[in-house]
Amino acid sequence: MIKSLEKLRLEALAELEQVSELKELESWRVRCTGKKSKLTQALRSLASLPLDERRKIGSLANEIKVDLELRMDEKKKFLEEEHMASFLKQEGLDITLPGKLMPTGRLHPVTQALDEICSIFTRMGFQIAEGPDVEWDYYNFEALNIPPEHPARDMFATFWVDSKETGESARLLRTHTSPMQIRIMEKEQPPIRVLVPGRTYRYEATDATHESMFYQVEGLAIDTNITMADLKGTLFEFCHCLFGEERKVRFRCDYFPFVEPGVEVAVECLNCHGKGCRLCGYSGWLEILGAGMVHPNVLKRVAIDPEKYTGFAFGMGVERIPMLCYGIDDIRLFYNNDIRFLKQF
Amino acid sequence: MYASLKWLGDYVDIIPKHHELADKLTMAGMEVKAIQTIGSNWNDVVVGHVTAVTPHPNADKLHLVTVNLGSQQITVVCGAPNIRVGQKVPFAKTGAKLIDGHTGKIALLKPARIRGILSEGMVCSEKELGISENHDNILVLSSEAPIGMPLDDYMGDVIFDLDVTPNRPDCLSMIGIAREIAALTGKPLHLPQICYEEAEKAISQFISVDIIEPVLCPRYCASLITGVKVAPSPGWLQQYLRSYGMRPINNVVDISNYVMLEYGQPLHTFDYHKLNDKQIIIRRAKDGEIIVSLDEIKRTLTQNNLIIVDMKKPVAIAGLMGGFDTGVTSTTTAILVESANFNRGAIRRSAEQLNLQSEASIRFGKGLNPDLPPIALKRATQLLLQLTGGKAAEGIIDIYPGKTAPHAILLSSKEVKRLSGLKVNINEILRILNTLGFECQKTDSVPAGISVLAPYWRSDIKCAADLAEEVIRIIGYDKIPITRLSASLPPQKFTPQRSLKQKLRNTLIGWGFQEILTYSLTSLEKLQKLSSKSKLRIDPLQIANPMTKKQEYLRTTLRAGLLTAMANNQKHEETGIRLFEIGKIFLPQHSTAIRKNQNLETGEKELPQEKEMLCIAFGGSQGDLSWRDDRKSFDFFDAKGVVEGLLKQLGLVSVFEPCDDEGLLLGKSANVILDGDKAGVVGNLHPRVAQAFELSDTICLIEMDLDKLMSKTNMAKRYQPIPQFPSITRDIALVIDRQVAFQQVENIIQGFPLVKKATLFDVYTGKQIPEGKKSFAIRIIYQSAKRTLTEKQIDKIQQQMLNKLHRELGTTLRD
Ligand SMILES: [Zn+2]
Repeated sequence: MIKSLEKLRLEALAELEQVSELKELESWRVRCTGKKSKLTQALRSLASLPLDERRKIGSLANEIKVDLELRMDEKKKFLEEEHMASFLKQEGLDITLPGKLMPTGRLHPVTQALDEICSIFTRMGFQIAEGPDVEWDYYNFEALNIPPEHPARDMFATFWVDSKETGESARLLRTHTSPMQIRIMEKEQPPIRVLVPGRTYRYEATDATHESMFYQVEGLAIDTNITMADLKGTLFEFCHCLFGEERKVRFRCDYFPFVEPGVEVAVECLNCHGKGCRLCGYSGWLEILGAGMVHPNVLKRVAIDPEKYTGFAFGMGVERIPMLCYGIDDIRLFYNNDIRFLKQF
Repeated sequence: MYASLKWLGDYVDIIPKHHELADKLTMAGMEVKAIQTIGSNWNDVVVGHVTAVTPHPNADKLHLVTVNLGSQQITVVCGAPNIRVGQKVPFAKTGAKLIDGHTGKIALLKPARIRGILSEGMVCSEKELGISENHDNILVLSSEAPIGMPLDDYMGDVIFDLDVTPNRPDCLSMIGIAREIAALTGKPLHLPQICYEEAEKAISQFISVDIIEPVLCPRYCASLITGVKVAPSPGWLQQYLRSYGMRPINNVVDISNYVMLEYGQPLHTFDYHKLNDKQIIIRRAKDGEIIVSLDEIKRTLTQNNLIIVDMKKPVAIAGLMGGFDTGVTSTTTAILVESANFNRGAIRRSAEQLNLQSEASIRFGKGLNPDLPPIALKRATQLLLQLTGGKAAEGIIDIYPGKTAPHAILLSSKEVKRLSGLKVNINEILRILNTLGFECQKTDSVPAGISVLAPYWRSDIKCAADLAEEVIRIIGYDKIPITRLSASLPPQKFTPQRSLKQKLRNTLIGWGFQEILTYSLTSLEKLQKLSSKSKLRIDPLQIANPMTKKQEYLRTTLRAGLLTAMANNQKHEETGIRLFEIGKIFLPQHSTAIRKNQNLETGEKELPQEKEMLCIAFGGSQGDLSWRDDRKSFDFFDAKGVVEGLLKQLGLVSVFEPCDDEGLLLGKSANVILDGDKAGVVGNLHPRVAQAFELSDTICLIEMDLDKLMSKTNMAKRYQPIPQFPSITRDIALVIDRQVAFQQVENIIQGFPLVKKATLFDVYTGKQIPEGKKSFAIRIIYQSAKRTLTEKQIDKIQQQMLNKLHRELGTTLRD
């Protein structure tokens, strides 16, 4: 009897091994552990056995039954997983199909550059102010120490609204953001620390490096005890923020009529790292900013005592920065507004 | 300004490391933009003497040229038409590296058989030597060139291309640059020794000068030389002029140019015998007066032109160009040399008006010092005597009505420190200023200070800051310490306008709109295209000197730029395009209000009002071409949704009213009303406008006034408690006359208590709805902040609502 039970177990397990679908599993269960199975019949026939044997065989038959049921559960789990996997294999997605793109717009690269510049200087305590694009000759030139017929006017080819013979009350398109220096100092007393982003205009034929309209950012700081060393520190820090800590920065003498002493700030060429290439005109340096100490004549004009106060001013072209950073070789691309260009930034 | 280092070497020792010198000049304010080396690769090129020229036996246009090189004679084949016996020429031996005249590349010169004759070497053109593009003729050297001398030794040079800033007209001269180099390198300066013998007859017996306009001509000097023989200049002089890019003409003209380049003072030479009545006058031209200038152009003058006249006619346009009739020619024997000072403004006006820029006008226009004319005059006279064999009349004419007293500037070590942050000892300051030619004296009027007189050539120096710059630029800007601003921080202010712009920009890019920036200047044509009507609503401000017709007027709207960009992009984009710009428009103002700035006189003119606007244009399909998207086109309600969304971002709610904007389509456009105030428009672009801009698809346009948005935006937001009690939802379907606007229905519904929200979720006309009617399906959500609502309460409210809708708008419930 024991032998035949063990045999039943082995046969049942062998059959279970062969089961490969859930449907078959059910018929296996009926066949091997169901009411009509040999195992159940064997249990039923126990009654005719002596008590001693009945107990022994009974417990073995039960053990076999529990064992088979356990094995069946395992098999069932296995088959279900297999079924799911094969289902998913058939019904799953082609995940290489393109996703549904959320709409993406971009800020104009000049806006991005302006934001970046403004954020660096606002961290240094500069206030942002904006001024008019159409200016009086007075603010654009006269008050900035550039009287009529001053040779420095050659530096600023101008779009005039009124004939320039009108003098200081001629209207023009500002050639730089510097007129705001005057407008701010007329209204405010030191300490002053402002940053002026804005559009500027030059009467120039356009080509890859010249535009008749471009953006500038102007900076102005006035107080007692402001020196060129502060100017150097401020602009070096700015250049390092924008072009990296390692970038070499050069501070050299230059001329702008509304500052004295005057400064030009250049950074090591981003393209050739100072070796000299076409981008930097083989000098190894890229001019970034014009700057200097506010000219005493300018301070006197706005009734700030140049004996008591000093200050610095700086200005920079904005387009030049993305041009250098991204290797853009034509300034006109900025205002052609081709989205194939704009989408790249 | 081109500066030959060889020439500069006449006045100061030039350090052999040219790049180091260039760096020093650049750092000190005179940028060296480019360095050109002439002759550094002229190995095996020497000065040769042409001793024979015979025709080539096998070719008409070629010659056999025999050249004496000192140690040997070589016969080579030469095709240049200008080769002559007796010339000194650059001769390249085989093995020389020359520029190939045809390819422009460097090539090694090899022996060659040309039409059957062996040619070992070559007579060179300027192009082959890399000096210029001239390849038609061979370069003819001066007759003094030593035979056999390596060409590099004879005429090799290094040329600096200097960017001279407008404040330094003194550096538009070799001596000016040499002074800078001397100060920067610590080498001594050697100026020309000027002395010459004069004849007995005084200059006053030859000529008299009268200045009518002393303000415009503060000084006029002249010398007179007789017995002049006009001839070609010697080689050194020709070479110096060439190094600057000037063509040598004859000894008289070349000397006047040479002295201009040497000292920076333009000179003019008259043929003395062609001047009428030994008298010259400096005055303004009369309107319509005529002169034929040296370039043989007949020029009509006005009062803006300062001129030099003799007793009969104009003989020169002051500071610009001499007259043709009185110019020096090969037959001239007596010359009057003019060295004058003219007012820079007068020269600038004159040059601009005649559109005549010359080396002279550039220098005068920057402002020269009246102390310079006699010095340059004497230098020119000395050279003229040496090189033309003439005799100088005794003395010079020197009329100087504009003499001004020198002005001393006080400077202290403290002031240098106050501006530069660099501590410089007063003795060091003194030393530096001395090397630059300043006269300094210690003074007690400032502590540890000096009193400084600028040298005559530095008219740009006017105040202590100017002197401080001189001191630190010679020390080097790289020596200035680096510090952080330690000055007190001004009060930081809130800038709401900036925040508003940032918010709008960020919201729009998040919705897939691309920011663009378009020109402030536009054309009348474009502005006219924007309107379906013929007359412009706002007259734009015109530019007096536009560059092109396309950019002649200041924009009064952002629409033109945006629609142009839209049309340009439509040419290559296949999906919908969404663009926006935030920028200024310029609205002319004609008020005569008194300006705030007292420095300006009150006038008719005003600056235009500069108004910041947001303009959005979009059109085409909503989604990209994709396997999933429906490709529905944008329509009016997308545009309205953009406005509503933006306003929601700002916490604003608007009302939309029909509008009659001339650029938009009537019936498909609306005014955006905030608090009863028009803040913008939204709508479909008028097809006529779309056509004028060559736009395809329906274009949605939005225009918002940022000031209006700004003023309506409420910064003070209040928290609303989240509802605690459940809401009840009811859907109703109303049938209503087609003319009734949804807004009217909504207003009534929203007017009832406990209505939390009413959402229109279907609009239907067609089957089952009678002709002339439409159906609105509306979901109404009722909610109380205080209690749970009962169905009964809602039934009651809803019945009242339906009654009112029926009574006022004639609605019925749809079955
Ligand atoms: Zn480079």
